Amino acid sequence: MIAPALNRRQFTAGLGAIVVAFSLDPRHASGQEPPRLPGSLQTNRKLDGWLRINADGTATVFTGKVELGQGILTALAQIAAEELDLPLARIKMISGDTGQTPNEGQTAGSQSVENSGTALRMAGAEVRAILIELAAKRLGAAADQLAITDGVIAAPDGRKVGYGELAASVDLNREATAKATPKPPTSHKIVGKSIQRFDIPAKVTGGMAFVQDMRLPGMVHGRVVRPPRYGSKLDSVDEASAKAVKGVLAVVRDGSFLGVVAEREEQAVKARDALIKSAKWTPGPELPDPARIFEVIKSLPSKDATIGVKQGPVLASARVLEAVYTKPYMAHGSIGPSCALAELKDGKMTVWTHSQGVFPLRGELVKALKMPANAIRCVHAEGAGCYGHNGADDVAVDAALLARAVPGRPIRLQWMRDDEFKWEPYGPAMVMRAKAALGSDGKIADWEYELWSNSHSTRPASTNGTNVLAAWYLAEPQAMGPPTSPPQPAGGGDRNSIPLYDFPNQRVMHHFVQDMPIRVSALRTLGAYANVFALESFMDELAAAAGADPVAFRLAHMKDPRARAVIEAVAKKAAWKEGEKGDGTRGRGIGFSKYKNLACYVAVIADVEIDRATGVVRVPRAFAAVDSGLIINPDGLSAQIEGGIVQSVSWTLKEEVRFDKSGILAVDFATYPILTMPEAPKVEIELINRPTERPLGSGEGSQGPAVAAVANAFAHATGKRVRDLPFHPARVKAVLA
Amino acid sequence: MAISLKVNGVSRSVPAEPDTPLLYVLRNDLELNGAKFGCGLAQCGSCTVLIDGKAVRSCVTPIGTLEKSEITTIEGLGSLAKPHALQQAFIQEQAAQCGYCISGMIMSAKELLDRNPRPSEQDVRTALEGNLCRCGTHNRIINAVLRAAQANGRT
Repeated sequence: MIAPALNRRQFTAGLGAIVVAFSLDPRHASGQEPPRLPGSLQTNRKLDGWLRINADGTATVFTGKVELGQGILTALAQIAAEELDLPLARIKMISGDTGQTPNEGQTAGSQSVENSGTALRMAGAEVRAILIELAAKRLGAAADQLAITDGVIAAPDGRKVGYGELAASVDLNREATAKATPKPPTSHKIVGKSIQRFDIPAKVTGGMAFVQDMRLPGMVHGRVVRPPRYGSKLDSVDEASAKAVKGVLAVVRDGSFLGVVAEREEQAVKARDALIKSAKWTPGPELPDPARIFEVIKSLPSKDATIGVKQGPVLASARVLEAVYTKPYMAHGSIGPSCALAELKDGKMTVWTHSQGVFPLRGELVKALKMPANAIRCVHAEGAGCYGHNGADDVAVDAALLARAVPGRPIRLQWMRDDEFKWEPYGPAMVMRAKAALGSDGKIADWEYELWSNSHSTRPASTNGTNVLAAWYLAEPQAMGPPTSPPQPAGGGDRNSIPLYDFPNQRVMHHFVQDMPIRVSALRTLGAYANVFALESFMDELAAAAGADPVAFRLAHMKDPRARAVIEAVAKKAAWKEGEKGDGTRGRGIGFSKYKNLACYVAVIADVEIDRATGVVRVPRAFAAVDSGLIINPDGLSAQIEGGIVQSVSWTLKEEVRFDKSGILAVDFATYPILTMPEAPKVEIELINRPTERPLGSGEGSQGPAVAAVANAFAHATGKRVRDLPFHPARVKAVLA
Repeated sequence: MAISLKVNGVSRSVPAEPDTPLLYVLRNDLELNGAKFGCGLAQCGSCTVLIDGKAVRSCVTPIGTLEKSEITTIEGLGSLAKPHALQQAFIQEQAAQCGYCISGMIMSAKELLDRNPRPSEQDVRTALEGNLCRCGTHNRIINAVLRAAQANGRT
């Protein structure tokens, strides 16, 4: 009579697995699954994995999430301090260290507050309850009579005990129960406040702030040499020419992986130049013809999935509209090229990295270096702004490969600017086709949408391959793992492809294109930027066909009250005038999305100005309204939304990774220009706080609405629509001609 | 080969070739973190320092030309304990996301405020045109420079 006690998952796992599980884990003896715990507590279940109470009255917080410039460590410290009743100054954060912190995978997808924050909120409440229980015994008072102020627990008679005094007797080496109730929002003193970020003072005074700033005793400098294009083979190189450069300690060649180590940084750069000059390569396959790239993408083999289907009656009288939109390859283009330090000492490799996931990176290092996981430690240190899967993991592996040539000496490797632009995985080019039927009532009766995209997720760690650049070029090359796509509802290339609007009929098709002519992976929002661009542009095209105002048209198709609220709030903030006409050079437009259809609600209104003679489009101003549920740090939230809008305007007006058959042509900020200070829109933001709703991820919420607002503003101004990004002057002139 | 440089008022001798870019010497020999490597091509501004009061891209400036110059980095403006009005204003405005470009921004802004103590918003935008920010912190950076100008005006 075992079977009835088994849940479905155990049952289908097969008998052998069940027997093993029984013998290893006493919880299974009763046939019980361990209870589901909230957030990342589910996968990191011990309290002391998250929190430690120290004898000096401070608390140490461990998180697997890392600072990427988004202010997450400040927000997580706020959550922990709030639940522990400790002042923020007594919280010490330790993040992203395979030797110390929980494994929370990648810091990506606007999920840190939802996952790590939830774990810390629940663990904090539980630890606080444990401390109260201990204090009650110590003070001989009832637990519910005790009061906590700044880490000191007081009995009604005035006797007190501090957390520090209880530290020795607090045993947090136990499984979290998630039974303690976190504080209600009404009693929050730290959460919900615009706490200034911890990291900014050092960053404006020349403090040690980035992995790029680390200096270890005896440190030497590395540089790498990359092939002319993907898949090239190194035939020969004059190593002596590099070794002749003063200060050079080693030239490292492993198959087609090539690098150099020198005492001084400028010596490593000179030696790199010498290697570039003498290296002879057999070039890899030609890249596609850029003029045909979207046809190529549509023609490659794809895995197709139909998602978001609704079926209802369609009137025969409905008018049918159709449009095709495209988005080019786009670069992360971080201002600081990727950097890592590595040291091989006594058979152990330590890597300091700005990777978004130190544990997945370690997984790839195990394969690339053929070293056991317990001989590799990856420690996070901040890098320049991270907007997804950039060169961080690749440079960490490069550094480790170079470090093997100089055991006992830490090496620092920073990529050169062209390494970063030519070799980072880009946000994929995409094609989006939208088709809809407009009923005689002016409402959308049928919606059909399909998109073609490569993977937005070729990150470490691959389960069936090695997802770091250097590994593919070693003498014994390792293959990249198969491309993956996060499933709906979050989605990958199909992120935000299912409309939140209430259409009676809809059908969305995701063509997940498998072959990758150009290296791609996660760039902030994955497919959402392109899908919201297409979907919200098409909403405006339909509104125009129906003779309706864009704001009113959206509201007429939207039931979700929180979505309606942000659309109405931004219209009010921007003083949107129903039916207002553009004048040929000026206009305004709106864009909306609920990020991933499950995170923050954002509506953006943008103003544009068009110089019809030059084709230059400017966005002088943008407005946004945001609902992220319970707000942890209002100023931090504003900064993320504001930054997302400005970055999206840069993507939209200027950005495209150029290439030809010979290779990638984007090598620097001249060949890949980004938005400059005079071009940046002024942004005004309205936050809608919902203290009784759970906090929603927001780091990627505004890019989609912003591109749509700009595209719609352009159409509003000129009556013409740009359906292919970016808004290059030549393209704009052609559309207006 | 040793070259003598005057950085933040102090003369220092560094064991580097004359063609070495100033940036590497500041970061590696003098252990000053503020100036950052962004492009090595004078395109992004994150390595900006002042040389005799002028905002200069240290990544393309060889040290051999600087023996008679006064070099100022962000460390020479102020400190955590005693921040310069610009540094204070950047903290107050929370004018950094990743913060990698910020030292360069502040040094370009310093040059601006030295020659134009009461700049307009447009003046600030123009002065910072050669300093790139990727996180989209532009609004806060502009506000911080204007705030610092106001603070200077009061003293």
